[in-house]
Amino acid sequence: MTSVRRGNPAWLGHPAFLGSAGLAGLLLLIELLPRLGVVDEQYLPPTSAILAALADEAGTGQFWISLKDTLVAWGWGLFIAVAAGVLAGILIGSVPVLRELTASTIEFLRPIPSVALIPLAVLLFGTEIGSTLLLVCYAAFWQVLVQVLYGVADVDPVAYETARSYRFSGWARIRYVLWPTALPYVFTGVRLAASVALILAITAELVIGSPGLGKDIAIAQASQAVPTMYALIVVTGVLGVLINLLARTGERRLLAWHQSVRGEVAV
Amino acid sequence: MTVARRLLFAAALPVVLFVGWWVLSADSESFYSPPLSEILTAFGNTWTLAAIKAEVVPSLLRLFAGYLLASIAGVGLGLAIGLNRRLRATLEPVLEFFRAIPPPVLVPVIMLFAGIGDGMKVIVIVFGCVWPILLNTVEGVRAVDSVVLETARSYRVTGTARLTKVILPSAGPQIVTGLRQALSIAIILMVISEMFAASNGLGFTIVQFQRSFAIPEMWSGIILLGLLGFALSLLFRLAEKRVLRWYEGLREAQRRAG
Amino acid sequence: MLEVKGLKKVYRSGSREVEALRDLTFTVDNGDLVCLVGPSGCGKTTLLRCISGLLEPTSGDVKVNGKAVAGPPPGMAVVFQEYGRSLFPWMSVRDNVELPLKQKKVSKPRRAELVEEALDAVGLTGTETAYPWQLSGGMQQRVAIARAVAYEPETLLMDEPFAAVDAQTRADLEDLVRKLWQRLKVTVLFVTHDIDEAVYLGRRVVMLSSSPTVVQDELVIDLPAERDQLHTRADPRFIELRTRVYEQIQLAKKAAAK
Repeated sequence: MTSVRRGNPAWLGHPAFLGSAGLAGLLLLIELLPRLGVVDEQYLPPTSAILAALADEAGTGQFWISLKDTLVAWGWGLFIAVAAGVLAGILIGSVPVLRELTASTIEFLRPIPSVALIPLAVLLFGTEIGSTLLLVCYAAFWQVLVQVLYGVADVDPVAYETARSYRFSGWARIRYVLWPTALPYVFTGVRLAASVALILAITAELVIGSPGLGKDIAIAQASQAVPTMYALIVVTGVLGVLINLLARTGERRLLAWHQSVRGEVAV
Repeated sequence: MTVARRLLFAAALPVVLFVGWWVLSADSESFYSPPLSEILTAFGNTWTLAAIKAEVVPSLLRLFAGYLLASIAGVGLGLAIGLNRRLRATLEPVLEFFRAIPPPVLVPVIMLFAGIGDGMKVIVIVFGCVWPILLNTVEGVRAVDSVVLETARSYRVTGTARLTKVILPSAGPQIVTGLRQALSIAIILMVISEMFAASNGLGFTIVQFQRSFAIPEMWSGIILLGLLGFALSLLFRLAEKRVLRWYEGLREAQRRAG
Repeated sequence: MLEVKGLKKVYRSGSREVEALRDLTFTVDNGDLVCLVGPSGCGKTTLLRCISGLLEPTSGDVKVNGKAVAGPPPGMAVVFQEYGRSLFPWMSVRDNVELPLKQKKVSKPRRAELVEEALDAVGLTGTETAYPWQLSGGMQQRVAIARAVAYEPETLLMDEPFAAVDAQTRADLEDLVRKLWQRLKVTVLFVTHDIDEAVYLGRRVVMLSSSPTVVQDELVIDLPAERDQLHTRADPRFIELRTRVYEQIQLAKKAAAK
């Protein structure tokens, strides 16, 4: 054991090195598979061709407009969903009767697949950005609402009783007891919603044809521009990774004051 | 709380919503929101047993086939990767990238390879929902308590028994979280892949209704899809309760202990 | 016979080295009950992990009945301090006790017999179908002891098994260990940081120095074999012995401070 360790420098076993090696391996594999004829180049172009297509795309104005469209739909949809989810969550969560009354309805509506609304969105908004927004909002809203409800349910009864015994007003109770407890859950909800919103934004554009990267993927596919299609898919993947990373670091930063960033409630 | 009261609370809002929809839409002249009565009639007429057999059953079969394959592949690969520290470090960024790709964009890619048949739809579902299962399994295996592992080692619990009696159950809750995420992705992909290219299936039918402006029928399709999503998540929850009974109990015990 | 000779363990991480065990030599005769006691942080757990084959020593060796330990040896059972994590929460009490026996390929009827006897011996008859987390801390540690007993070990290692239970439960469990040792004629190596516990339980006490650890002193406990919490602990000889052990530990701490 020890002799093997001594033979290899420590950085060889470092996760960052191994991870980069893994990514490099993937790129190499995709380069080699079509070049060696294992996979038809028309189905899977080599890495170099995908990268070239990506560079071409980046040179066009259309790409940046589409990227902006996707991000705008994502951002607005997320914003509306978070605002609505937090408000509804706190209202429902802090009034026991409302909570009981809505439980069954929420349990019923939540698992409805958002894509079921695609035809409705098409009829209402056609191929406008509104279609994308509707789907994004719907899907992201539930993520936030459910987390906020968990958060409100997690309020320490002793803290709540204390607030009541000191005759805090309803607003003060929300501001000083309920909100701080629920906050970590809100962040978790926002993080989950951010990924779901991106998925739905791309999906809506892809299926409905509303403007954005998803639509460009559909166009690339229809016009047999396979390397471009792969390049755009890579872009969506990178977007997903970035959003994930951003949401996670943001969550950690903003919750640094909290005794522990809680384990997320699985939904 | 008595049972009657609970029932009342559970049923009240749905009944109000239903009646509200019914009354508000009763005289509706709007093309897009026909009276609920019309939608329900359409529901009865559209989703006959024969139609369910022709449209819904194929969809569900693809869903289950894809989901099952993804579960087996995800848990199997997840175990292998999770048990090997170096392999995990090497593959983690790659896997995170694949998970971050919005699953529906896989549809055009896989259409290239597998055409537009049933195979394509199953592969789309497998590729779309394997990542959350895989990554959660890796995470679950990585997080197995060191004392649990040492106990198993010192009592010479090795090989298959170590895998099935120690590591899998210990990673169970995390794996189930992955399976739950994967289920909703699987439903989305079932619908999307059928909207893209199919000659039957629920997604295909709903889009057909929309394109031919058969609005009440379209609504009935949306409702059916909603019911399906609800039923599947209910089934999942029942299964989960059975499998993870120990976990619920453990958490409850820990919560009480403070 | 358990022999530890010139045992040394150095932890390495990068270029940093921490010497946990310097040079440990002692033996435990078959059927003896030896308590290892030392100041906190003196590497007791490292030592126990080396003996149980969970950790590879840097140099020196551990022999059980003349055979060098490389990996957990057969015929050795370990009771861990963290009972809550060492018992598998997804298995009933019975399954927890039975799993190592299955691995030992004990026949089914014999397994049932062993499990029943072991649970009876620790006073837990009737809890077979309960999950560990449904039991109190003291009862959980009894299950862990039952698992070790059912394994029919020649050597029983206990790593501060009662550090996390309350004082009264602890007294009961100490008596249980004495009783089982006398009945089963196993070799017991009991690690503790509690001087009174070591003197009360052991037939011999081995005192360890602060880290990097060497054997500070050894002491034969010449108290009568029949011990009980009330009278033994009030025995002048007991007080004399515990004072001796206490002095040695203080000495070890002082040497470390220099």
